[in-house]
Amino acid sequence: MTARRNAWDVVGQPTPLIDGIEKVTGKAQYTADLPAPGALVGGILRSPFSHARILRIDTSAARALPGVRAVITGEDCAFTYGVLPIAMNEYPLARAVVRYRGEPLAAVAAVDEASAAQALRLIRFEVEELPAYYTAHAARAADAIPLHADKPGNIERAVHHRFGDVEAGFAEADLVSERVYRCAEVAHAQMELNAALAEYDPARDHLTLRSTTQVPYYVHLMLARCLAMDMSRIRVVKPFVGGGFGARVETLNFEIIAALLARAAGGTVRLQLSREETFLTHRGRPETEVRLKLGMTRAGRLTACACEVVQRGGAYAGYGVITILYAGALLHGLYDIPAIAYDGFRVYTNLPPCGAMRGHGSVDVRFAFESLLDAMAAEAGLDPFAVRRANLLAAPSETQNGLRIESYGLGECLDWVERASFWGERHGRLGPGRGLGMACSHYVSGAAKPIHWTGEPHAVVHLRLDFDGGITLLTGAADIGQGSSTVMAQAAAEVLGIRLDRVRVVAADSLLTPKDNGSYSSRVTFMVGNATIDAARALRARLVAAAAERLGAPEEAIACEHETFHVAGEDGREMDFAEVARAALARDGGAITAKGSFTCPVAFQGGKHKGGAVGATMGFSYAAQVVEVAVDIDTGMVTVEKVWVAQDCGFAINPLAVEGQIQGAVWMGMGQAIGEETRYEHGLALHASLLDYRVPTILDSPPIALHIVESIDPNGPFGAKEASEGALAGFLPALANAIADAIGLRPDELPVTPDRLLEALAKRRRERRLARALEGVA
Amino acid sequence: MQPDRHAPPSSLSRARTRAFRLNGRAHAALVADHVLLLDYLREGLGLTGTKRGCDGGECGACTVLIDGRPRLACLTRAGECAGHQVETIEGLADGGRMSPLQRAFHERLGTQCGYCTPGMIMAAEGLLRRNPDPDEAAIRAALAGNICRCTGYVKIIEAVQSAAGSAR
Repeated sequence: MTARRNAWDVVGQPTPLIDGIEKVTGKAQYTADLPAPGALVGGILRSPFSHARILRIDTSAARALPGVRAVITGEDCAFTYGVLPIAMNEYPLARAVVRYRGEPLAAVAAVDEASAAQALRLIRFEVEELPAYYTAHAARAADAIPLHADKPGNIERAVHHRFGDVEAGFAEADLVSERVYRCAEVAHAQMELNAALAEYDPARDHLTLRSTTQVPYYVHLMLARCLAMDMSRIRVVKPFVGGGFGARVETLNFEIIAALLARAAGGTVRLQLSREETFLTHRGRPETEVRLKLGMTRAGRLTACACEVVQRGGAYAGYGVITILYAGALLHGLYDIPAIAYDGFRVYTNLPPCGAMRGHGSVDVRFAFESLLDAMAAEAGLDPFAVRRANLLAAPSETQNGLRIESYGLGECLDWVERASFWGERHGRLGPGRGLGMACSHYVSGAAKPIHWTGEPHAVVHLRLDFDGGITLLTGAADIGQGSSTVMAQAAAEVLGIRLDRVRVVAADSLLTPKDNGSYSSRVTFMVGNATIDAARALRARLVAAAAERLGAPEEAIACEHETFHVAGEDGREMDFAEVARAALARDGGAITAKGSFTCPVAFQGGKHKGGAVGATMGFSYAAQVVEVAVDIDTGMVTVEKVWVAQDCGFAINPLAVEGQIQGAVWMGMGQAIGEETRYEHGLALHASLLDYRVPTILDSPPIALHIVESIDPNGPFGAKEASEGALAGFLPALANAIADAIGLRPDELPVTPDRLLEALAKRRRERRLARALEGVA
Repeated sequence: MQPDRHAPPSSLSRARTRAFRLNGRAHAALVADHVLLLDYLREGLGLTGTKRGCDGGECGACTVLIDGRPRLACLTRAGECAGHQVETIEGLADGGRMSPLQRAFHERLGTQCGYCTPGMIMAAEGLLRRNPDPDEAAIRAALAGNICRCTGYVKIIEAVQSAAGSAR
């Protein structure tokens, strides 16, 4: 690996973010920071009912209030929106029926906050309440009325996938175990509050929206749809974005509402949501029940897997179909399992809609899988590492559901965490109340098949060279803090043989940058990285042609390193970058724009079965981790003492950012495992503040030792794969397994809060007493 | 919209001229009693480096220094600053050069999305002025009120340690 790394100048070097100085000096402007003198203030009236028919909304008093410039309701937009073309069933403002508490009913724009707030208070409405369902079980009951007329039984999507001979697999197993696991719903809790700044120019019928989005392109599509505007009249810009984690991978109601208000008012509207409203906009990871059955031989070889998943999806479709498909698809691709049966049910309920969240669909299932595998290893008297090693995949290979495995560094990940944590010496030997647990996980490097199949490439990058000698990289990819702009700049600089600071990145402005499918499914490094390499090669060819002409040598003989073009193998004949740039501009007729693109070949786009595209990717990242805990059985408190994690990210283009992503992913998994959960009482969000929603503080957060494994993926840019999602899911079961090592009790419900753990301990005491009593009787 | 912020008790709220020092410069302005320092900085002065991340006192993103001590601008009335020294992230770079903490957060990736960063750096700045050589426990205690959702805090601790080390 060292040899490989030394082959590069710019990629592979730990590199501070190219927009980091703005962030640490306070100059970075996020949506709420953008100056907009004279902008109107927007506000949203939200439903206090979980499920109701809207009979009447009276906005006359609000409209009559001085200072109010626009009042809109569901009557003002008859178009649905949604991220999946097959499941757009949400209106920006509820029409006819409201389906969750907090759903927007009406919105106002006024000259100041006080007027906007007063106008919201003056809106009157009458509704007829309907029965509301807050659990998947209640929504699936025989007498439950459907939230959506086209979905009887409130099943948004049922998935039934069978791969291999499952019955035969269980029949040949020496050990078969089955258990039910439950995970609470969690939220992204990105630090930046949702906000949008909408400018409408009535004279030109033009709209500009600046918003907290991960996918400006989807926002563009939905604005055109909901406002019935030609897309060329809309500009969408992503300013600095304060985190996303999946919350912002679909167009959100407030973005469309801001645009509707701006058009209705004929001006500029700033719409800033509170933390409570940001929680209500939601799109988090759904409450999930996993019933899992595994078959294993005495030697630890898996023979079959049967898994049933029920997700409480909330009131609208969002990404739901994809989430329930991911939950099944990513049972594959980590281990070699001969037979897998999967049944998934995505259920509509009267709660804020769930969506995509880091590790989309795979996390809760991975918790169940690695927990049960650990329990079975213990029952079989096998070491947890040995069981994983008995089931490793080979690369290249293809899973039964059509996923291609091109690079596979899980074995190395296992070796490192085992060694670094002194597993052999310490597992099972840490004494009362302390334990070690381990688990593995994986994730896709970009969904190989885009949601909108347009025939265009999956990523396009422009590189512009003009008189100043700077290289401007234009990409639609949204840097939301993960450092994608830095990775693109590194890739371009590497291929061109130039300094990193000669490259400046203009990202995510539809007026300037080529369309990109956005920052979701960890696709950007892989796809936009490859498109950047393609663009840089195209630009390099034009520079080399110019240099060859001036130097009087064939193009094949021209090399470029450290901003110097020279004739390979010769001394003396060379030109510096500025000279070559001038020559190329003269030769090519002025300013040069080189285009590069990338498309995932059809062969990587998944199996032929229904839903087979979900889970398909060109490269999986792999991670293994060991978690050390201390458990206080008197208080039920679980303290995470340390984490060791290794991740195969193919090749670390920016090792500094890769480390940051892996640490952040492990830590976010910890939040879900030990404390985070949304809670609703009759549909009212009780968790909607950062005091009640328990994001871990620095005091709760352990040291995380990490190791980067580089398997050099044959298709990744410089061999790279994703680095930001793969390690998250493994934390949850590694924690549960560590608790089992510490106190002999296996948590089957997350988060493992003190109340849950004490209850489980009390249950164990009751069962032991009962067993002793029965022994006495016998 | 922020709850309970838009309807000041107008009969009780009076505007007065307040004089304080802001980022080292004398500053005087007519400020109403009820105006929060966060709103005054962001909306009144355009100093948007100080961030709002919650509905009041939950996240630490708006941390500023008042007389050198970390304070939440979302829980402080601008009027209370009269006669005091207020420092924001914009005032930390000396002559445009990043402070040791700013440099360390940048170089060691103590910032990812950057939204918590100004508040985090100001809280750390307050710590290093009280205690130029903090151990890890002191760093954790000083930053316990600042939530970061990106980093897992690992590189934040490294950045503060590095800045403290470079100042020694």
